[in-house]
Amino acid sequence: MSSPGSETLRVRLSDDVVRVRQKARALAIEAGLSLVDQTKIVTAASELARNMIDYGGGGSVTLDIIASSTRRGVRAVFEDKGPGIANIEQALKDGYTTGSGLGLGLGGAKRLSSEFSIQSKPGEGTKITITRWK
Amino acid sequence: MDRIPILKLGDALLVTIQVDMHDRMATALEEDLTTRIVSARAKGVLIDISALEIVDSFIGRMLDNIAGVSRVLDAETVVVGMRPAVAITLVELGLSLTGVKTALNVERGMELIKRRRAEEANEQPGE
Repeated sequence: MSSPGSETLRVRLSDDVVRVRQKARALAIEAGLSLVDQTKIVTAASELARNMIDYGGGGSVTLDIIASSTRRGVRAVFEDKGPGIANIEQALKDGYTTGSGLGLGLGGAKRLSSEFSIQSKPGEGTKITITRWK
Repeated sequence: MDRIPILKLGDALLVTIQVDMHDRMATALEEDLTTRIVSARAKGVLIDISALEIVDSFIGRMLDNIAGVSRVLDAETVVVGMRPAVAITLVELGLSLTGVKTALNVERGMELIKRRRAEEANEQPGE
């Protein structure tokens, strides 16, 4: 599903989160997203990239510009091979965390995205896809 | 390691965040500020985030922590210069920064701190 312009970044350390934000911003500008929409997708990407480090043992992010017949947008796919999420519904609730964070990451990222999907299997890892349309 | 400079401005400390902070930098800032509040006997902390393109929950938590610690040390934190797109995104993210005072810019933030100092001076002796 990735286009020629797609880029996959490895996320292991907190410096990598900065790189994910920069790439997401560049693509959001290229896709013609408004400033508010750029800010939303970059913030969502930042939350999810950090989640991967804190809970998934790191992973990868693939960022892409996508186009339908009528509109363009930015898509980011986050994949880790961490412990997975046993109860996705619970993990999406604000304030729920198994770590030291605020527990806003998943639910917040979902609200900031036009589309959000999550697949996770305990023991195998987690894959989250977010899209922000223009 | 890069550190964010802290300037003294009257009774207050001014921090201007100009770069996309990575986590260690944020943690170092919290520690540096706490030390400086005490050594400079600061009554206020102004954090200028007008250059920040996003505030995620990590940065938000850092701002909350700084505000909490400075309150315990009798200094007030005011976050100034938040961009409109950042404000919209923060609210949607679910971060309300309840413990943090905000102002439009450094001047107004400074006024807020001065006003609070004046109020305190008024209600001081014998209640």
